[in-house]
Amino acid sequence: MPERLVRAGVIPLVDMAVLVAAAEQGFARREGISLQLIRDVSWSNIRDRLAFRQFDVAHMLSPMPVASQLGLGSNPYPCFTPFALGRGGNAITLSLDLYQEMRALAGLDDSEGALTKGEALKQVIERRRSAGKKPLVFAMTYPFSPHNYEFRFWLAAAGINPDSDVTMTVVPPSLTVDALETRAIDGFCANAPWNMIAVEKGVGRIVATKAEIWPAAPEKVLGVRPEWAQQNPETLARLIVALDRAARWCDDPRNHSTLADMLSGPAYVGVPADLILRLLSGNLTIDPDGKTKRIERYLTFHNEAANFPWLSQALWIYSQMVRWGQVSYDETSLSRVTAAFRPDIYREVLRSSETPVPVISSKVEGEGLELGVIPTTRGDLLLSPQMFMDGRSFDPDGIPGYVNSFPIRIV
Amino acid sequence: MQTEQRPLRVAIIEENSIRAAILLDGLREAGIINVDVIETTANMLRRLSTFDPDVVIIGIENPSRDVLEQMFQVSKLVSRPVAMFVDHSDRAMIQAAVEAGVSAYVVDGLRKERVMAIVDMAISRFSAFDRLQRELVEARNELASRKVIERAKAILIRTRQLSEEEAYALLRQTAMNEKRKLVDIAQSVVTAASLLEK
Repeated sequence: MPERLVRAGVIPLVDMAVLVAAAEQGFARREGISLQLIRDVSWSNIRDRLAFRQFDVAHMLSPMPVASQLGLGSNPYPCFTPFALGRGGNAITLSLDLYQEMRALAGLDDSEGALTKGEALKQVIERRRSAGKKPLVFAMTYPFSPHNYEFRFWLAAAGINPDSDVTMTVVPPSLTVDALETRAIDGFCANAPWNMIAVEKGVGRIVATKAEIWPAAPEKVLGVRPEWAQQNPETLARLIVALDRAARWCDDPRNHSTLADMLSGPAYVGVPADLILRLLSGNLTIDPDGKTKRIERYLTFHNEAANFPWLSQALWIYSQMVRWGQVSYDETSLSRVTAAFRPDIYREVLRSSETPVPVISSKVEGEGLELGVIPTTRGDLLLSPQMFMDGRSFDPDGIPGYVNSFPIRIV
Repeated sequence: MQTEQRPLRVAIIEENSIRAAILLDGLREAGIINVDVIETTANMLRRLSTFDPDVVIIGIENPSRDVLEQMFQVSKLVSRPVAMFVDHSDRAMIQAAVEAGVSAYVVDGLRKERVMAIVDMAISRFSAFDRLQRELVEARNELASRKVIERAKAILIRTRQLSEEEAYALLRQTAMNEKRKLVDIAQSVVTAASLLEK
């Protein structure tokens, strides 16, 4: 059988791992696929080059297919995802000066959780306002990104209005550390490895991770060009099989050192392997004084149905787009939102594999402190607690009520 | 799209001074003198909003494209055509870009003779696409409004035993009394009903 070439656009971040493992560890080849990874520098380019048929599939931010189906952003070429590339990796890092100010003002002893740190930030913001100082500037990586929604979620949970109390801006991930160092920004939310690099360079302090804001939040996904999928259904199915195996391989701690070595190469993330290895194990350096913190499930590539594109998570993304005024709520949009995530394709391809495939496509998100139970093709699957940091749960059938329950919102 | 009020303004976002010079030359030869070259991402947004360009030219390998995306998102008013250029490209890609209906135009290689063509193309495609988008949004809003009004009527018919005409008249009268749009009143009815039902 001749090998089928599949061109995938990628951004150099640790969560490109599943694609790299599929290409480098033979998982793609075993399915008759020659997986070509093409590095790019911006999410706008990833989106456009997929539309321009330079890529067949791409490493994408989970809100990008949703935005594309809703016609948001420039060049909204509609694409979809049948496979999530994992969870976690994001964190919020503030400048050291700002963190010291929060410590002094709120009497933090560093052991506090993300919400308390957010409340300390609120005190600093109020003091700065009464002193007539300029608003703090916070950066994320793209308007339709988990980073944007997570940063805003954290700020708003602490009573800070991201649109009037601070200035939100975009800085590409690779430039965040420099921007923090030159004081162009006071904090940022980005994926691994940038938070830890800021800390180890002595310019930033990690104050919250994705796992503390919402552990189940979808992060990157495999974006697929619909025409390509239509013309190559067999290749898409084989690619999903290869990625499923690669994702399982990435989650196995025995493979982490090989994975870290691969990712550290200049063609991929291009930072030291030992730093990537610490990120993979969830041991984060959070303060330049060397303080570390172990984050359970900081990066999950396969376990707990991490690759399953939950419709309820696409709808949660939509709820945040509505909350922050990127789009207005409209029932006729719901079918476009759910066209962005395709659990049906995932299920069809992997139903007889050894991976437990959820038999439901949607669930109430963030419910309860206890383990959740999901019915799958391999029996019940236990999910770790997936609480949102504000304790609210998200019922995908009640988006307007959910959005209106937030005291801080644009609509 | 060049307005009569003022000559065309073009912003170039380019860190590499040689490439910026080629672009600048190409624009000058085409008679465009209002050009701002932005070399760094620091202050990019402020400089762009102060300069208020008609077109933004940016290299496809410049990570600041995402910063532009945010700017267009936050302030839809400043949305501008973006011309991109790449050094290695093929005809199929350009064709696909055009078919995808994008406002940006991608050209093979950077030569000063080509610069003005890219700018013209970006502007004309942007205007066409922008108009299409606006029409689409209007059509969607129209459809959504009609659905909300239908639902509000159904609620009134059910809860107040009105006929369809009476329900519609009640909505319209309330809208007139309160000086609000019919669709807003209908939305209030739908929201109130959903609160009462739960």
